[in-house]
Amino acid sequence: MTEFTLWDILRNLLLATRWTILLSLVSFVGGGLVGLLLLFLRISSRKAVRVFARCYIELFQGTPLLMQLFIAFFGLGLFGIDVPAWLAAGLALILWTAAFLAEIWRGCVEAITKGQWEASASLGMGRLQQMRYVILPQAMKIAVPPTVGFSVQVVKGTALTSIIGFVELSKAGTVVTNATFQPFTVYGLVALIYFALCWPLSKSSQMLERKLNVAHRNH
Amino acid sequence: MSLIEITEVRKSFGSNEVLKGINLDVQPGEVIAIIGKSGSGKSTLLRCINGLEMISGGSISVAGAQLLDDQLHLKTLRLKVGMIFQQFNLFPHLTVGGNVILSQTVVKKTARPVAEAMARKMLDRVGLAQKFDAYPDELSGGQQQRVAIARALAMEPIALLCDEITSALDPELVAEVLAVVRELANEGMTLLMVTHEMKFARDVCSRVVFMHQGRVHEIGPPGDVFPIRRLRS
Repeated sequence: MTEFTLWDILRNLLLATRWTILLSLVSFVGGGLVGLLLLFLRISSRKAVRVFARCYIELFQGTPLLMQLFIAFFGLGLFGIDVPAWLAAGLALILWTAAFLAEIWRGCVEAITKGQWEASASLGMGRLQQMRYVILPQAMKIAVPPTVGFSVQVVKGTALTSIIGFVELSKAGTVVTNATFQPFTVYGLVALIYFALCWPLSKSSQMLERKLNVAHRNH
Repeated sequence: MSLIEITEVRKSFGSNEVLKGINLDVQPGEVIAIIGKSGSGKSTLLRCINGLEMISGGSISVAGAQLLDDQLHLKTLRLKVGMIFQQFNLFPHLTVGGNVILSQTVVKKTARPVAEAMARKMLDRVGLAQKFDAYPDELSGGQQQRVAIARALAMEPIALLCDEITSALDPELVAEVLAVVRELANEGMTLLMVTHEMKFARDVCSRVVFMHQGRVHEIGPPGDVFPIRRLRS
């Protein structure tokens, strides 16, 4: 029987970590773009558009990410579309991230006082101009800490994609365990790697919050 | 022809009727003070004139621009009337200069150097040329309100709406803002102001509108609306 050194285990896990990082980045960037679009729909002046965005957000916030992954993976298969695991994983995570980011950002936009909307409106700006030049620059300052904080949830969310067979850090952990029969060592390392990814993110979220001094600005 | 024509304007919030048929014609160069108790509808009337509130009935037009509920009509209207608010509402993320430049470049598509020259001119007019690069939170309330006036003036409106513009100021800062408004009045700017500064209204305004429970209760030159004796006592 082959003996596995700790380095063997760690090396294999680190190789899989690349996919966790890539999937996190794709989800976060893609989710950010879709989320921005959703944000605009969510605060649109047309009611039907607002309702659509709210339903979308509530649907994705109100169901487990795992179910969303299953539906993306198996559901599309029912229509004869063969969905590879990476595509289902990326798609579900992007849509899930978008729902949460849109809602976080909506809170930030609504934190900007009504007077800013009224002043810019009475200067003749249209809604998009108000958003672009007056509201978003202020809202973004408030949005940075919670957005960076949420990226931690995205990184941890990628672990669920192991269930549909996408080989990232968690799935690699299972595979390595099956070969080495050392579950405690392997999953301990997996947990440490996740921690090494997430801790700097939550730390920087805290630092940004202090640096942007959110509570004492724009009162 | 009147510059601002307000005809049978009604406004309800839900079942609460705040304006119950207001008629008011303002001639070019007139300075009008709107006074009355809180809840009498004076601020609402002012906010209807530039479409911050949509009217439920009647009509408003400013120099031929009708108040209608679509972006194009609203923009045309708002380019004709500027508004100054009780809470200043400067953009905190921009410098004083940036505040005055922004809407010129964004709304009127003025070239930046031209807009900047206009901003300097308007800030000079309100006595704040030296604050061009300061941020709003570095200024006193009175200075912020004067920047807000410069910002509105830079759009070259033909009338200005002033919504209790000295009410949020410390007493010692009120005079500097009123001095700017008085200057504007002398230069012939058409002004509609909701105010509690009765002395100012009496000295500067051509007409005073006294509102009560959503109606114009009395209207006329300050001497007729304010019995002089009562003011002195």
